[in-house]
Amino acid sequence: MPLDKPYKRIPGTTIFDAEQARRGYHLNQFCMSLMKPDNRARFKADERTFLDQWPLSEEQKQAVRARDYNRLIELGGNIYFLSKLFSSDGKSFQQAAAQMTGMSQQDYAAMMLSGGRSPNGWRDIAERS
Amino acid sequence: MAHISAGICTSHVPAIGAALDGGKTQDAYWKPLFAGYEFSKHWMAAQRPDVVLLVYNDHATAFSLDIVPTFALGCGERFAPADEGWGPRPVPAVEGHPELAAHIAQSVIQQDFDLTIVNRMDVDHGLTVPLSLMFGQPQAWPVRVIPLAVNVVLYPPPSGRRCFELGRAIRRAVESFEGDLNVQVWGTGGMSHQLQGPRAGLINQAWDNAFFDRLISDAEGLSRIPHLEYMREAGSEGIELVMWLVMRGALNERVRPVHRFYHVPASNTAVGHLILENST
Repeated sequence: MPLDKPYKRIPGTTIFDAEQARRGYHLNQFCMSLMKPDNRARFKADERTFLDQWPLSEEQKQAVRARDYNRLIELGGNIYFLSKLFSSDGKSFQQAAAQMTGMSQQDYAAMMLSGGRSPNGWRDIAERS
Repeated sequence: MAHISAGICTSHVPAIGAALDGGKTQDAYWKPLFAGYEFSKHWMAAQRPDVVLLVYNDHATAFSLDIVPTFALGCGERFAPADEGWGPRPVPAVEGHPELAAHIAQSVIQQDFDLTIVNRMDVDHGLTVPLSLMFGQPQAWPVRVIPLAVNVVLYPPPSGRRCFELGRAIRRAVESFEGDLNVQVWGTGGMSHQLQGPRAGLINQAWDNAFFDRLISDAEGLSRIPHLEYMREAGSEGIELVMWLVMRGALNERVRPVHRFYHVPASNTAVGHLILENST
């Protein structure tokens, strides 16, 4: 019997489950390697060469180069691992989150200050079609 | 005999640690948040616990995807603040309590909870930010700490029910320890937040406040809500709240709330903080 994954109905959300973790194992381990200053320096000096040392798919490598966080999550990345990548770029969680919503930094920060995003309309994919 | 006197829950947002370490607590953005912990620091000074069993989650710091333990108990003598990629936080090292930790490990495993034993690990903001919020910025932490790291990063984390029952097992373990120790149990993380995808920034104040209410007076019922509800109502990262149920399970059925604080936002997150004393 297949596993029940009702969380796939939550819009704009990818749950980092065992299937995603399998897909993203090397991608997340690459991100984790950026916690070490040596690796950060080597990555920054030549991103492509550093990435080629990891068994990532071409799609994953290109999404890293593009810093396309929504795509990276789709390809198995997890936000806490990806945070090592955006921290290496000097970016905060709030900046990365804003980018993923497609909002400007300013608009996203203003939304948070006024109480955040309401769950109304964001509980089920049927509400967003 | 050792006893559990109180439970605390608090969010552990990394930006709070950065604000503290960077001397920004009086900035307009941060001042209301830190004001919510003033009572707590005074209360704590009067309580003088010997040991805190601190339930938190590691954020891809000590545990990569090579090993993902569901419940990992820190049994070592000392835990260093982790370098999470921008240098370790300038906070004291965390002193463990290996004797009590070993006792809890043996007792809890024999109560059917298959803990992972960890003797060496660095601890990230999930553990050090709550210590800073409750103790300020001392030269050394005035308490011993037993870290209990719960996996809430790789789905599925343990259920709320399992966390609640683990709290109960921890209580039985603590109360069978020979040695007169005043022990607190802390549950950290939450409240509503989502850090990923087009739905990032989700906050659900009504749900968070109902969670507070039920944690105090209907913890048994609260422990039965499914993962899906946390993720849908409190955001994908709001699932950290299952860790608060470990704390609650370790307390009496009836508790006395002595402090309750809620603030939006700290970065992307709704901050919640509650202090519960065991009613006799």
